[in-house]
Amino acid sequence: MRLTHSPLSPEATAVLSATRFSRRTLVRGAMASGALVTTGGLLSACGTEGTSQSAESCVSDDTSSTDKKLAFSNWPQYMDVDEKDESKHPTLLAFQQSTGIQVTYTEDVNDNDEFFGKVQNQLSGCQPTDRDIFVLTDWMAARLIRLGWLQKLTKANLPNVQANLLRSLRARPFDKNDEYAVPWQSGLTGIAYNGSVTGEVRTIDELLTRADLKGKVTCLTEMRDTMGLMLLSNGHDPSNFTEAQFDDALEKLKRAVASGQIRKFTGNDYSTDLAKGDIAACVAWSGDVIQLSAEDEKIKFVAPESGLMLWSDNMLVPNKAAHKANAEKLIDYYYDPGVAAELAAYVNYICPVQGAQEKITDIDPELAENPLIFPDDATLGKTKVFMALDEAQERSYSTKFQQAIGA
Amino acid sequence: MSVLAHLPAETPAQQTRRGHSRLLPYLLLLPGGLWLTVFFAVPAVQLAATSLYDPSGSLQEGYAMTWEFGNYADALSAYWPHFVRSLVYAGIATLLCLLLGYPLAYAIAQKATRFKNLMLVCVIAPFFTSFLVRTLAWKTILSDNGFVVGLLRDVGILGSDGRLLATSVAVVLGLTYNFLPFMVLPLYASLDRLDGRLLEAANDLYASPVRAFAKVTLPLSMPGVVAGTLLTFIPAAGDYINAELLGTPNQYMIGNVIDSAFLVRLDYPQAAALSFILMAIILAMVFVYVRRAGTDEVL
Repeated sequence: MRLTHSPLSPEATAVLSATRFSRRTLVRGAMASGALVTTGGLLSACGTEGTSQSAESCVSDDTSSTDKKLAFSNWPQYMDVDEKDESKHPTLLAFQQSTGIQVTYTEDVNDNDEFFGKVQNQLSGCQPTDRDIFVLTDWMAARLIRLGWLQKLTKANLPNVQANLLRSLRARPFDKNDEYAVPWQSGLTGIAYNGSVTGEVRTIDELLTRADLKGKVTCLTEMRDTMGLMLLSNGHDPSNFTEAQFDDALEKLKRAVASGQIRKFTGNDYSTDLAKGDIAACVAWSGDVIQLSAEDEKIKFVAPESGLMLWSDNMLVPNKAAHKANAEKLIDYYYDPGVAAELAAYVNYICPVQGAQEKITDIDPELAENPLIFPDDATLGKTKVFMALDEAQERSYSTKFQQAIGA
Repeated sequence: MSVLAHLPAETPAQQTRRGHSRLLPYLLLLPGGLWLTVFFAVPAVQLAATSLYDPSGSLQEGYAMTWEFGNYADALSAYWPHFVRSLVYAGIATLLCLLLGYPLAYAIAQKATRFKNLMLVCVIAPFFTSFLVRTLAWKTILSDNGFVVGLLRDVGILGSDGRLLATSVAVVLGLTYNFLPFMVLPLYASLDRLDGRLLEAANDLYASPVRAFAKVTLPLSMPGVVAGTLLTFIPAAGDYINAELLGTPNQYMIGNVIDSAFLVRLDYPQAAALSFILMAIILAMVFVYVRRAGTDEVL
């Protein structure tokens, strides 16, 4: 879901996103073959055990006080870098200097499903993943919470988060008491269009039916993003909907697939196609569009009248992570408005930290005005967070959705 | 001296060597056999077991073994179009590979005297880059604003609004391109061994070049044709990258479905059943094909 500000040429960006994709897909292939081995567990002709854990069944020890270390897994290009040396992360270096905690920062999250495959065996067996924090999107965080694979955070260790987390990101449906997940960055899902190919696209209905867009529209493979917008355009609430409403919304999507209006369903890779003009308009993530429009001002992001989806990528502390207190220090550090502003100046998604907007004025006043990085209350009022699904719902909805998108 | 001293001992040594040679075939089989047991047989049995789990189970609750053979019927009835599509795409791609690859292999083996090695390197050269990068390059080549589509529009093959990317044509072209070397190399190997004197003999017996090709060259190259078509068809039928990058949901092949069942929907029994059905279909087709080609032409 992330793609951030980069000073690269479109060609270089294309190559980068190509390699990112290749890594993702290759690892997926490897995961699929790994899944063959693991789903059976031991050679069991008699089925498998459940994989849920709980605070009682999987106790984690915290060695933070003696072991000043921390392993942090994040998405690529989701952290500020030094202008001279891309491998250095100024905010992270400052954290290491002030706390003495040695952070191992790895950009090994490329895809929620793929990352789930990567850590699923360890976490289902209450084994360490050798990561103290990883960053995953809402719905995957919801699944891990449901499975009992995460450690509860100690609120007393997170004063900045308590004070500065945006109101609209508190008490989210999947983490009602804000105990497990702290947003790293958030983003909006709306419509993007390329002004050199087509005129303004204001609503989802236009996107799905306008004749001049036929075969030049993409939607996202992330069910929550695409279906959230469909539900909104039908006047339903994605944070609280019934199965019949979901089916209605899906029917709308299926009609657009059948008519050839929708060309394909994509991940991050829609951005190059939109820039090239192969795609005229699409369902898009706000951060990508900020980056694209920096290179080509004809590419615009539209907040549909019916509403937008708000999502976050969350910092999570898994079971058996041995440095929970250190992890909490880092989480709280990034909720200092000054630090958050420094990060937001590099990562063009929504900054979830209140007070960062004032601080960023010193770095780049233009960014402080950008409604896609610091949305005003009116915009935030139009956003919805997708409903938390239980396992049966998740399976039924995602099966229906996957069938609609052809897989 | 020491050599001489050892001479009398030779006879028992020879005997043990003969004893070794009886064991030798088994020893040679051991590494490969172990490898296949651990990385093929065991996972295959697990996959078979998974495909028979109760589909109402889940990752969270676990799966019960209920010998649910209905999983196969369900998977087949839900996804038979994807199976058909995979076989059709792979079949067309294999045929195209054969039509493109045979003349190429023939030229390299029989005509390219000095440039033979260079041409072979050219055939293999694409393997120096990743499969994905090559497919992504096709995305650029076939792009709506690219020169290929522009040219086809200008000469009227494509309508003014026509496109290649995101169509079945693009997927089949991608498959053809990506698997072409698998066709060319076995064809080359069999054509390279072709004895030129046989063609001279055919010529001496007043066979026209066409007749000589049909009666001599083609039958002798059949092992290459069989190997090439198998090496092309089998991976092409299971491929999902080309459909994902060059196609749309309407072009998704069975590989895309299995990928999504394993990683996105987490429906392991169905994913396993789909994998087994694909394996069974391909095995059956290969068996029939090799038997036919084998009895009629190869031997």
